[in-house]
Amino acid sequence: MNKYFQDEKIRAQIFQFLTLFMILGIFGYLFHNTQTNLEKQNIATGFGFLKFEAGFDIGESMIEYWSDDTYKKAIFVGVLNTLKVAIIGNFLAVFFGVLIGLSHLSQNWLLRKISKFYIETIRNIPLLLQLFFWYAVFTENLPGVKEAMELLPNIFLNNRGLYFPIPVDTKSFSFIFIALVISIIGFFFLEKVRVKKEILEGKSFSFFEKLNYLIFLLPVLTWFILGSPSEINYPSLSGFNFSGGYRFSPEFSALVLGLVIYTSAFNAEITRAGISSIDKGQWEAASALGISKSDSLKIIILPQALRVMLPPLTSQILNLTKNSSLAVAIGYPDFVSITNTTMNQTGQAIECVFIIMVIYLSLSILTSFVMNQFAKRFQIVER
Amino acid sequence: MSENIIEMNKINKWYDDFHVLKDVDLNVKKGEKIVICGPSGSGKSTMIRCINRLEEFQQGSLMVDGININNNIKNIEAVRKDVGMVFQHFNLFPHLTILENLTLAPTRVKRVPKEEAELMAMEYLDLVRIGDQAHKFPGQLSGGQKQRVAIARSLCMRPKVLLFDEPTSALDPEMVKEVLDVMVKLAKEGITMLCVTHEMGFAREVADRVLFMDEGRIVEENNPNDFFDNPKNERTKNFLSQIIH
Ligand SMILES: Nc1ncnc2c1ncn2[C@@H]1O[C@H](COP(=O)(O)OP(=O)(O)O)[C@@H](O)[C@H]1O
Ligand SMILES: [Mg+2]
Repeated sequence: MNKYFQDEKIRAQIFQFLTLFMILGIFGYLFHNTQTNLEKQNIATGFGFLKFEAGFDIGESMIEYWSDDTYKKAIFVGVLNTLKVAIIGNFLAVFFGVLIGLSHLSQNWLLRKISKFYIETIRNIPLLLQLFFWYAVFTENLPGVKEAMELLPNIFLNNRGLYFPIPVDTKSFSFIFIALVISIIGFFFLEKVRVKKEILEGKSFSFFEKLNYLIFLLPVLTWFILGSPSEINYPSLSGFNFSGGYRFSPEFSALVLGLVIYTSAFNAEITRAGISSIDKGQWEAASALGISKSDSLKIIILPQALRVMLPPLTSQILNLTKNSSLAVAIGYPDFVSITNTTMNQTGQAIECVFIIMVIYLSLSILTSFVMNQFAKRFQIVER
Repeated sequence: MSENIIEMNKINKWYDDFHVLKDVDLNVKKGEKIVICGPSGSGKSTMIRCINRLEEFQQGSLMVDGININNNIKNIEAVRKDVGMVFQHFNLFPHLTILENLTLAPTRVKRVPKEEAELMAMEYLDLVRIGDQAHKFPGQLSGGQKQRVAIARSLCMRPKVLLFDEPTSALDPEMVKEVLDVMVKLAKEGITMLCVTHEMGFAREVADRVLFMDEGRIVEENNPNDFFDNPKNERTKNFLSQIIH
């Protein structure tokens, strides 16, 4: 027996087994306890309430929703709203983060100081305060409907939100949009093939030889096939409000702006740290071989830096997604605030908290999965 | 055209108010092998790094193969194609295979076709006797192998001048020889070499001249045998007595 217990592997297994046993025990106890308490108070358990009528309105929704729809649909509206913030927000936060991180390392003195100032101040102001600030700017400081600012032709900003034109035939345009996305992805793929071919043949093709641009005919073709819809829905002042076009509400705009400004400061710092963590010798070796600064950054430094940057960047992507639940403070209907309302109305606290946990967990796992796939490409072989 | 491939004329360089290079004059003929030694911090690295413009200098002039080294980006690009460098810490690109390390610059900078670049790379890998490792990553090689790869990598740009900055100082003693052997072989093939090293055996075997630097100046210069056997300068004597125990 003693001999077995001294075996490293067997010992590790025994400890793992004990840990598992304890965790199961604790959860079993908690579950049993809750169950009996709820029974005593006559509170129904289970997710049956999701089929009941929600009975509350939601300020903005990407799908059609009425107050007599079910709780399930209400929560789904909230999930879509959260996804909208998370996807647009993270895309912008990573983009601006990397840009600001790179400027922090640039040779340009002014750019360096500005980025440093940005990172230092923004990181040190609590996010909630920034959200209140932007919400106040959007609702209090912006001009009223009649005096709306026209930022660009036909794009209006006032205290009711940001308005911009969209095509009337949204269905056709969603197909065109998909075609555009496909052609962008296809273009990058073809460009890769072209660069490979150039390297193989050792010459650079002229602009006209770059037939890859032809792939952008795909969305144009789609547009023709769909009967070339061209009618545009412009926002315009009618009566006391704007009608037409698409509107980002002040709540959405303030939330996205606040989250992007806050998170991009962290992303910038991650970029800066990632790039500075690469040994100076890598830049020097590249320069000594005659490789230009931008090529060095692209081919030698960034691929190595990304390896260091991806884990903290993933954290920030998750952070932004989770921080979007501060939406409740400025009245944006994200799924946490809608589930909260549901919880208040139905009293199904445990189920609602469970729903929130499951949805966040799925979002986190999905994000980690995608980022891990990405990270695999940047692993370095060591012996 | 003069037969000097490198002409340094009264180069002065400061780091803030620290005077690193003081009136450094050095002419190197085509095919000449120069060994530079001197105490740590005397400016040896700084001087050779001026030649491929990894360092700027504030005063003086420097011509490399007829190209004036100044702020002109075109000149800097041109000179870097002609001058290869081998570093103390190898500085291989760890995320690329050995072969990719070698073909990157020729394909990117000189636009050599990939197949041709790979053939050339394999030739140089064979020259440094490491052809069987082409598809490994730098992290999988020993120090001596890494340094030989680094030498092959700089050869792939077919440089006219090769700079070595203490190429064997970071190696375990048993690996020094394999790297020096490669360097001797290269020296015999006639390439111009400037090498910062304290390997006396190497200096005696290949150097045409040995320079001694101290406090930012070249204080003594001689053929290797006279340099090591009867140094004239006090500081050289002092230094040599320290490295020969
Ligand atoms: N980037 C730098 N900033 C300030 N001082 C430096 C820098 N690089 C080198 N030095 C100083 O310049 C002197 C010469 O350095 P170096 O050329 O590396 O000497 P060596 O190669 O002979 O050991 C040293 O005293 C070193 O501290
Ligand atoms: Mg040095």
